[in-house]
Amino acid sequence: MAERSGMVEKRGLGLWLTHLGLIIGVLFIFFPIWLAFVASTVENQDIIRPPMPVWPGDQMIENYTNALVAGINAPVALMLFNSLVMALGIALGKIAISLLSAFAIVYFRFPFRQTFFWLIFLTLMLPVEVRIVPTYEVVANFGMLNSYSGLILPLVASATATFLFRQFFLTVPDELAEAARVDGARPMQFFFDILLPMSRTNIAALFVILFIYGWNQYLWPLLITTDPEMNTIVMGIKQMFPSGDDFAHWPTIMATSILAMVPPVIVVVGMQKLFIRGLVESEK
Amino acid sequence: MEKRVTFKGIWLPLLLVLPQILITAVFFFYPAGQAIWQSLFIPDPFGLSMQWVGLGNFEYLLSDRYYRASFVTTAIFSILVTLVSMGVALYLAVLADRLIKGSGAYRTLLIWPYAVAPAVAGVLWLFMFNTRVGVVSWYLGQLGYDWNHVLNEGEAMGLVVVASAWGRISYNFLFFLAGLQAIPRSVIEAAAIDGARFWTRFRTIVWPLLSPTTFFLLVVNIIYAFFETFGVIHTITSGGPQQATTILVYKVYSDGFVGQDLGSSAAQSVILLVVVSILTIIQFKYIERRVHY
Amino acid sequence: MATLTLENVKKSFGKTDVIHGVSVDVQDGEFIVIVGPSGCGKSTLLRMVAGLEAVSSGDIQIGGRRVNDVEPMDRDIAMVFQNYALYPHMSVFDNMAYGLKIAKVPKPEIEERVRQAAKLLQLEPYLTRKPRELSGGQRQRVAMGRAIVRKPAVFLFDEPLSNLDAKLRVQMRLEIKALQRALGVTALYVTHDQVEAMTMADRMIVMNGGVADQIGAPLDVYANPATEFVAGFIGSPPTNFIDGAAVGQSGGHRVGVRPEHMQLVGAGAGRLDGRAAYCEALGAETLVHVKSATGTQITVRQDAGHPIPEEGSEVGMDWDRENEMPFNAEGKRL
Repeated sequence: MAERSGMVEKRGLGLWLTHLGLIIGVLFIFFPIWLAFVASTVENQDIIRPPMPVWPGDQMIENYTNALVAGINAPVALMLFNSLVMALGIALGKIAISLLSAFAIVYFRFPFRQTFFWLIFLTLMLPVEVRIVPTYEVVANFGMLNSYSGLILPLVASATATFLFRQFFLTVPDELAEAARVDGARPMQFFFDILLPMSRTNIAALFVILFIYGWNQYLWPLLITTDPEMNTIVMGIKQMFPSGDDFAHWPTIMATSILAMVPPVIVVVGMQKLFIRGLVESEK
Repeated sequence: MEKRVTFKGIWLPLLLVLPQILITAVFFFYPAGQAIWQSLFIPDPFGLSMQWVGLGNFEYLLSDRYYRASFVTTAIFSILVTLVSMGVALYLAVLADRLIKGSGAYRTLLIWPYAVAPAVAGVLWLFMFNTRVGVVSWYLGQLGYDWNHVLNEGEAMGLVVVASAWGRISYNFLFFLAGLQAIPRSVIEAAAIDGARFWTRFRTIVWPLLSPTTFFLLVVNIIYAFFETFGVIHTITSGGPQQATTILVYKVYSDGFVGQDLGSSAAQSVILLVVVSILTIIQFKYIERRVHY
Repeated sequence: MATLTLENVKKSFGKTDVIHGVSVDVQDGEFIVIVGPSGCGKSTLLRMVAGLEAVSSGDIQIGGRRVNDVEPMDRDIAMVFQNYALYPHMSVFDNMAYGLKIAKVPKPEIEERVRQAAKLLQLEPYLTRKPRELSGGQRQRVAMGRAIVRKPAVFLFDEPLSNLDAKLRVQMRLEIKALQRALGVTALYVTHDQVEAMTMADRMIVMNGGVADQIGAPLDVYANPATEFVAGFIGSPPTNFIDGAAVGQSGGHRVGVRPEHMQLVGAGAGRLDGRAAYCEALGAETLVHVKSATGTQITVRQDAGHPIPEEGSEVGMDWDRENEMPFNAEGKRL
């Protein structure tokens, strides 16, 4: 970041007000998460007689263990695993098929190339939410309800990643491919030896974005996983609320909410640079 | 733009695009085609046969009081979510941009709610405003305000708006901060030398220079509010009370899966498809313009 | 090591012809420079020899073998690219070894050949570095090294020095030439810089608009340009062109005279009069820019000892008839 001149920057009281404003913002962002965390460390009794405490209690280990091992409909550990499979499947699956097709579209001339490109391009325009009913029927007809492939495949069918890799491949100098040809590299050797290693950063950035996209899916798993054992954690939370007037078991629900947040938050904060890069690039 | 060099061969590239084409055909084009096709039929009451009704489903939808209400609801909801999340994000970004040191730390603190799923955000806010155990609703009660989003339509809308906007602040903050930091310091300093105070500088220089970012975020946030907030609605209000928070995407779901009205749901999908297309075209037009300038 | 033969080689993109038939016989070990302005087709010609562009018609033979439809790697060539085209994620060693690895050369031999090339190019200390950690000149050497390790029959250079600064360019020019001599390998070198062409070539091909205007040894080309274009392109400052009628050349449409073949004389005493517009004194020599009565720009090059005319003064210009290069209306030498 460039050195900023002091000219327009605030000092003294102004500086403190700036910090104060930001801290209020941070607190606003954090407050719901703090409450959820507190709720995940106390007994249900403390919650259902409001107001609930503001500081964490001593039930943390019990609540989390209970959620992970027993849960309400299914052990949360299992749901975490399902979410992980789904998020990894979507991220890796999408990256793999997109790399291949972007490579083909950029580096080859073949019949219907433009047609393929436009077909793929069209998919950018339609989120899964718009075509849920027929997509559900397709998945049901394939017998893929309550299966990982049913969770993953329909969400892999969009072309954002193909489009991004195409853009990136176009910026790779032509001479590199020529040099590789002179060196005797076959197309797939060029792909694996040169193009793939050069795309590492882009792949990683996209992985972060897609992992979070996959992890946070709600509507689709809600539709196709009727078996609690196949629930993902993000959709499983809602299933923990009792129907009717019963009291919800808040500590378990809140522990599950926290658990649902942890993996994507680790990915975002841990790979902040890649995440920001991926975000900016996927919106270009 | 095209590559100068290409590799020879026809079968290899076809093989390479095959996985994507197959998956897209089966899980994208076929269902999308089905949605359009089904929108022209209504099933008989036993679901045994389909009857051709042409544009009947659409005519019915557009004259349906609930569907039109859902359109209005979606519009209000999207505008509010966009304004709230962009407003808060801009405010925080402007503050962070004024710092020499520490803006990176605030950025780390502010970006990670992006990772929180809309459905989880919904649960968190539901917990705070729960009519029986919610902390905020309890304190509101102490102040003499009887919060009840389960019955009160306005309160329900307010809650889903805040919960949806909350998770979106990170995203907008990042883009606003990047936009602000891209404005050359010298321009702002020149204005300061000209005697412009902060607010004048913001109004006459920063805001106009930030307008490409703002416009981009406007479109992206509207798309978000339209399609990605299903989780918030479903966890907090399930579209109620009295359909006060039934946005279009929620209605596709509730009519199609809960109500099993396939023709109507398909027709709604087609209408949504048109809406996304329009939004996407606006977005691309905008990107084109950004590239040219 | 091999000969290289081009026989009426043509290239067209769709309906546009970019190379209109080039023929040349390159001897074993010869250094050929293809020179011309941008867009003249020189790079396209080189890329056809490399096998990176298809030949539209005509034949290319390397070592007597027709290679029109042979893949680049099987043509026994190596190429040095303008921007070096080093693989950014590979070390210097791996960059040089990549082609050999693909060719399944045994590991010890790869090691041996890369070490040898690195020694020759003084790259030994840098073998483990990535290209981005090297200076421009070092990258250039790696690109050369990648070509050398293959032990090709023909070296192809596509403007390899154009990304270097002026001083380094002179140095690398000498190194490349010395290396080519030492290896005794046939070389085809493309440049737009006529100084490079003059200093490096055994023979040069001057290209203009997809046509090889002239093929010959540098000094022959300089002394006897075959076309008006060649006369104007080769030599700095460029040849002066004067309307043939103005200097009593009945046959020539236009007449070319090199700046060093002109002398300044008193106004009216020479074959052409003009006004000295400005003078560039370069130390050893002075370039006097004259605007003739008919408005033609003329440059006269004189040694440092001669008096420098006042700017704006009337001067005359004289030259020997034997130094005149008459051209017809199509620009061909008479």
